[in-house]
Amino acid sequence: MKDSKNPIQVILYEGSGTTPISSGDRLALTANLLDQGYSVSRVSQNASPGKNQAASAIIVLGQFSEAAPEIMDASGKTRIETRDTTGLNHESILEQVEEARESLDAEQNQPGANGAWKPWFPVIDYDRCTNCMQCLSFCLFDVYGVDDEKQIQVQNNDNCKTNCPACSRVCPEVAIMFPKYTSGPINGEPVRQQDVERESMKVDITALLGGDIYSSLKTRSEKAKSRFSKERSPDKALDERKRCMIKLQQSGIIPPEVLAELDLESLPSAEAIQQKAKEMAALQNKQG
Amino acid sequence: MSDSTDKILYCRCAFSQVVPVKTKEEVLEKLCDSGRDFECVSDLCEMSARRDDRLGELLEGDGKVKIAACYPRAVKWLFHQAGIPFPEDGSVEVLNMREDTAETISKGLLDE
Repeated sequence: MKDSKNPIQVILYEGSGTTPISSGDRLALTANLLDQGYSVSRVSQNASPGKNQAASAIIVLGQFSEAAPEIMDASGKTRIETRDTTGLNHESILEQVEEARESLDAEQNQPGANGAWKPWFPVIDYDRCTNCMQCLSFCLFDVYGVDDEKQIQVQNNDNCKTNCPACSRVCPEVAIMFPKYTSGPINGEPVRQQDVERESMKVDITALLGGDIYSSLKTRSEKAKSRFSKERSPDKALDERKRCMIKLQQSGIIPPEVLAELDLESLPSAEAIQQKAKEMAALQNKQG
Repeated sequence: MSDSTDKILYCRCAFSQVVPVKTKEEVLEKLCDSGRDFECVSDLCEMSARRDDRLGELLEGDGKVKIAACYPRAVKWLFHQAGIPFPEDGSVEVLNMREDTAETISKGLLDE
């Protein structure tokens, strides 16, 4: 993962031996912590033990009647800090949390921070997916792969271009979602019959471009390779990729702003595209 | 009916503001006022992207799990993508803060 920091778990402990915090402070505290990337649990005496085993760092907050207890994880996997918040308002408690986080030497992804990473990646609806491999064929960035049973899966989230829902648009079954997308059905809305019909039309449009987008790319890459070998000019190869991207732009499948941000030189080489074509053909033969 | 063994999970969608702010604020307010225990996460998508093991813990429990997040189809497959099987036996209910009102969501979560 590009950024694999686990959220720090904050537990608002309001069980025995504590005074419950006011609902206003609970709300302000919870909202602020979530907006900073923390996970928050509110726990009263009804809580069952043994939870939060997957958390690597926990901060326990409570208005303790006596001194804040020292809590240890017997397995030693989870680091825990406890803070008594008696008499503190939510701003002061947030300062306590920050101080505890520093003590734990724990980091986490922060929403909205400068250069913040956005969780943008395709999510496959396997109730709809027919394993046709259109997405794998189409994506130039190796986001997709197959598992041991040749089932399509998302393997490289980080390769996905933020705000690009192109693979979702070429999926004939409307089986690919981007939950952070603004509109349906790409955002996960229920799929209607008209969505399926519209997606089928898009596939027909790509067919008009020359087989499908991938074939179009492949053909163009082959032509480019031929010319490239004759002319031995890197500029020519780059120009070819640019022309290919313009064609994609005209198809309307990839958003212009995403295309504009693409570093053309980072696109796969003609050889890489051809290698992918061979692998795809082999896969489809096995399935067939 | 909801009871105290039901687990409540709230997703803040903090990494991208696709859930209406008013809805998620009002739902969280009702949750904090209710006196019920809850689990809140900053962003389920962010956790799924990292294949966070905590996602599995969030679905564990003796009772029903109620999730206030976004489209049920997206939530179901986000868990799946993180390697967490999503129960199909009705033990998990997803409430959609992108489409439904805060009142509807809160009622669904808390059975007010």
